[in-house]
Amino acid sequence: MDTLLQQVVNGLSLGSIYALIALGYTMVYGVLRLINFAHGDVYMLGAFAGYFLANALELDANPSIPGMIAVTIGAMGLCAIAGILIERLAYRPVRHHSRLSSLITAIGVSLLLEYGGQVVFGASPRFFPQMIRSETYVLGGAQITNQSLLIIVMAVIVMFGLEFIVHRTRMGKAMRATSYNLAVAKLMGINTDRVIAFTFALGSALAAVGGVLVALAIPRIDPLMGLMTGLKAFVAAVLGGIGNIPGAMIGGMLIGLMETTISATAYSTYRDAVAFAVLILILLLRPAGIMGSAVTEKV
Amino acid sequence: MSLARKLTVGGGTVALLIVLNQIFEHGVGDFIVNPYYARIINLIGINITLAVSLNLINGLAGQFSIGHAGFMAVGGYTATYLTVYHGQAVAGLAGSSLASPVGASIAMIVSLTGGALAAALAGLIVGVPSLRLKGDYLAIVTLGFGEIIRVIILNIPAVGGATGFTDAIPITNFFWIFAMAILTIVIVRNIAASTFGRALATIRGDEIAAEAVGVNTTRYKVLAFIISAALAGVAGGLSGQLFANPLNPQNLNFVKSIEIIVMIVLGGIGSTTGAVLGASILTVLPEALRTFDQQFPGLRMVIYALLLVLLMIFRPQGLLGRREIGWSWIRRPTRTRVPVALTDSADTTQHTAKRPIDRRSTLGESDTNE
Repeated sequence: MDTLLQQVVNGLSLGSIYALIALGYTMVYGVLRLINFAHGDVYMLGAFAGYFLANALELDANPSIPGMIAVTIGAMGLCAIAGILIERLAYRPVRHHSRLSSLITAIGVSLLLEYGGQVVFGASPRFFPQMIRSETYVLGGAQITNQSLLIIVMAVIVMFGLEFIVHRTRMGKAMRATSYNLAVAKLMGINTDRVIAFTFALGSALAAVGGVLVALAIPRIDPLMGLMTGLKAFVAAVLGGIGNIPGAMIGGMLIGLMETTISATAYSTYRDAVAFAVLILILLLRPAGIMGSAVTEKV
Repeated sequence: MSLARKLTVGGGTVALLIVLNQIFEHGVGDFIVNPYYARIINLIGINITLAVSLNLINGLAGQFSIGHAGFMAVGGYTATYLTVYHGQAVAGLAGSSLASPVGASIAMIVSLTGGALAAALAGLIVGVPSLRLKGDYLAIVTLGFGEIIRVIILNIPAVGGATGFTDAIPITNFFWIFAMAILTIVIVRNIAASTFGRALATIRGDEIAAEAVGVNTTRYKVLAFIISAALAGVAGGLSGQLFANPLNPQNLNFVKSIEIIVMIVLGGIGSTTGAVLGASILTVLPEALRTFDQQFPGLRMVIYALLLVLLMIFRPQGLLGRREIGWSWIRRPTRTRVPVALTDSADTTQHTAKRPIDRRSTLGESDTNE
């Protein structure tokens, strides 16, 4: 029973990371109908930004919660800028091409960030300094580190923040309008370019939070860390219903739980394949995802 | 072409390949081909097969598949497995052994056939779900299949697992590589110029309209996947049995699939000549940049990725667009003839009215404003 609880906690912790990244995927897809392959690499950038900030603040010597919050906010800001730059330089010129052109461009940007990261940061992994002192709590027979707990709590807070932005602010309304119909949103006087830039910034900031949080739990970061995680987060977004924000959260948690469960069994080497198998099943059985609504295509 | 003409051309090609193979592998008198260049040329041949086969799904049929490395892996591993574990037996059936060219050739034929069949089966498995999916989702599913295949192979110790299939017996040579490359080109060109190709072009243009007009999209899409996968499997079999080039699941991943896609994007999606051109350029380019890479390690892949992004922004139709270069072009250099199945309004250049959505890329239709 306690191993089950342990697995659940681990799964939720991992799932929160996937959820944070999946939110970025889902928002960009909702607004632009583009799968931003580079999103996983923005998560990597967030981890690296956090790394440099944490070292600058010398958090290794004196870990503190305000320090960690400062690092997170700094990483969020830097990644938001990165997201806006990527959109402006790489995606906007191809927006009027076919959707598949945009997809290939996104793949290109993703590879550019990964290999560029290897050139700039060096291919060898770096070790993230400890930002807060590690403590372990025992809860009903399971051992939970305060880092795992912090990940889950922070992810939930961030998600509530996102819900607030999307449903209770003007910009959020503009985002929702643009996601329904871009042309008509323009007609209604919404500056869609700015909305899209904002969406990218927001998604990238969330990915940065994911990057910093994951570095809390697993302090090893390298330029290729975004590839697999990004893909799995995308699967999570599809699982929950792409374009649907609560769906992304649920999808992330589910994928995290599934992956931890498989890791605990004898088939742990198939861990990476689980996410993709889930993806294929979902797309075959319920392409709209868990929370998505099936949209009939008018011809 | 009449049958007699076909046989002459075919026989002549085979004879030419045998002669070239002799020159390449064994040299003429004192002259031997620099092994480094020979290897690059061999790799070009394999990449041509891969690019042209991918072009069948992505270019002609307009289905976006980014799991091609998976088909290459399935075919390659099956082919290599057959040679390693059954090659001697097969060669022995013909009274020969793997060491002699005759025995090796027989083993090669058996192994490539096995690889092609296995890959075709994989293509069927991937193709059937593709019926319901379009665009981005299809891309992701094919990616997923590629990764699943890779993870499964990683877990099979009999074929080397994570260290790769190093037990492979190197029976690949110039003849087989280019024989298969030429075969692939011939197959895809003939498909493009046939009813099948016309159906694929219709599906590429507008799938719903194609269905409405009575084209059996299911059948043609699945067939395209099967044929393309089989050819990729052949390429995989050739690649895995090339000297000092073992199959390794770490190399047959998503990035490899993207490399093949860059080849056809560079050459022009939908153009077989473009695929050949793209494959050649992008096999030579990394080698040419190798000295550069030693000075600035890792910059090579950055240039690759940058090339892809810039290509999509500034010239999404690649070098040749959908145009082909064939015998007619050589005979009449003033006019480029395009196989009928590939013509559509995107090829006619109309510079009269400039509409914002007019920058057609050949990757499917532009989004009409939603």
